[in-house]
Amino acid sequence: MRRPLFDKRLKMTLGGGIVVAAILMAIFAPLLSPFDPNQQDLLQRLKPPAWSAGAAAGHWLGTDNFGRDLWSRIAFGSRISILVGVSAMLLAGVLGTLLGMVAGYKGGRIEQVIMRFADAQLAFPDFLLAILIVAAIGGSALNLILVLGVSGWMIYARVTFGLTRSLRERPYVEAAVSHGAWDWYIIRRHIFPQLVPVLTVVSTLQVAQMILAETALSFLGLGIPPPAPSWGNMLAEGRDRLFVAPWIANLSGLAIIIVVWGINMLGNGLREHLDPRSGDL
Amino acid sequence: MAPLLSVRDLHTRFHTKRGVATAVDHVSFDLAAGEFLGIVGESGSGKSVTALSLLRLIASPPGEIVGGEVSFAGQNLLALSEGALRHIRGNDIAMIFQEPMTSLNPIYTVGDQIMESLIQHLRLSRRAARDRAIELLDQVGITSPAQRVQEYPHQLSGGMRQRVMIAMAISCNPQILIADEPTTALDVTIQAQILDQLRALQQELGLAVILITHDLGVIAEFVSRVLVMYAGRVVEESPVAPLFAQPLHPYAQGLLQSIPQIDRDMERLESIDGVVPSPFDMPPGCAFAPRCRQVMDACRVAPPDLRAAGPDRRAACLRLNEPADTAR
Repeated sequence: MRRPLFDKRLKMTLGGGIVVAAILMAIFAPLLSPFDPNQQDLLQRLKPPAWSAGAAAGHWLGTDNFGRDLWSRIAFGSRISILVGVSAMLLAGVLGTLLGMVAGYKGGRIEQVIMRFADAQLAFPDFLLAILIVAAIGGSALNLILVLGVSGWMIYARVTFGLTRSLRERPYVEAAVSHGAWDWYIIRRHIFPQLVPVLTVVSTLQVAQMILAETALSFLGLGIPPPAPSWGNMLAEGRDRLFVAPWIANLSGLAIIIVVWGINMLGNGLREHLDPRSGDL
Repeated sequence: MAPLLSVRDLHTRFHTKRGVATAVDHVSFDLAAGEFLGIVGESGSGKSVTALSLLRLIASPPGEIVGGEVSFAGQNLLALSEGALRHIRGNDIAMIFQEPMTSLNPIYTVGDQIMESLIQHLRLSRRAARDRAIELLDQVGITSPAQRVQEYPHQLSGGMRQRVMIAMAISCNPQILIADEPTTALDVTIQAQILDQLRALQQELGLAVILITHDLGVIAEFVSRVLVMYAGRVVEESPVAPLFAQPLHPYAQGLLQSIPQIDRDMERLESIDGVVPSPFDMPPGCAFAPRCRQVMDACRVAPPDLRAAGPDRRAACLRLNEPADTAR
């Protein structure tokens, strides 16, 4: 068999490397940025990056409309994106996994209520829901996390529901019941550990989705309010100057693309790695 | 002496797409302390469902225990709260199943799995539970138990896994052990070892054992009293020796005749004509009537009740009181 261009090892190293770099960037943003991300310098506004003619000294990725250093803003922007992406993923993951396990284990009426609710929310455009909620309660990092977390639980619920249903029928679960084990004990001990590989993959991919959703909401002006830097609202600001200063939108867009690509690659690599059918586990 | 476990009119059915199937139809029996009781019948005769119903382990839906009473230690298990029943399961009445290959969780060591119920029911510390687990493995005849306790199920053979299941079942000193075809998945030599082990434990611990099997050889060798089930009903109840000497119910007679005899020449094996009626389409009378060679018109009217026939024997056949030679 021919080796694929990207085998799982390359995917995991490359994806993992990008993810680690992004996390380090978020942690060490103050050390990495030569300027305060919110410091305006109107004399230096709309300067192009260092490789173009007319670049300003020190601003190696150029400056934006208010003369703020673009590199510093991208570095600080990663904090918001990663914080919101990871927290929203965790919230959605905890919520969805719990509800999915309860629905799958208990069955009957509880299952019907939870899963039909999930179906209804899946049928509803979740982005519209997020816009509605943010419009009502206002934009802030915490609100974004809540909104994205609550609107993304269904995928976890569906995945864990199906798996829990099949795990519940395993003879060792029946044996545990016949030994008098409590439901919660069985869920914790016999069901949840077997969901972990799948949940790892789903939640990795979900972080990328959450980051995209955050940037999209910020782009629409419903995310983090300016002047705080986030990749989404940098993209939005860059849009207005797309013809005079294309680097603003391009570079913040590139940051989003690289991180999301890296996370997706890591997720796909993990999926292949954790799939027992991939052979060389 | 009052029986340890007393089952009266147990009735379990399943709601399926094809209709309602009655799996256990008004089954009654008693189990004395320390007794080795066998339940024998072919696939689908309701023996497993009877055992599962005792501890309310029937998935509901589609299963439903419609009625009856299971008295144990002055309580009706069928009316107990789920929480109270949990204390009985594993603690007072334990169960082992047919599939030793899959009844253990592959991701935990056998020690961990034996320790589970010790910690939950007996509130032992981890260390004490571990020592007890090693002791139990030794007790069920596993060699070098201190090493085996750290091994995963895939490192053990089928027979050893079933021994582990037995160790788990007896870990909390239950009074009753229900063994649902514990040896069906094992080969014959291992089967004998496991059953010997069960009998040794039964005598050592004073356990009452309900052994469910379709193997009459196992019944003959190990149990003291038998229930013969057919289509969800008990058709004959008897101590083991008289059953083999002179079966009363035509179904039991047919079963025994279908065992090949080593001392008799035969061209082909005896068999019972026909098949077990579908649980969705039970005949109104005796369920065995369509296959019975001695059927009468009265058999097709209503299912016969169990009637006493000699000491400790009961059978559900209208021809019961006729002289034995005409019944043949």
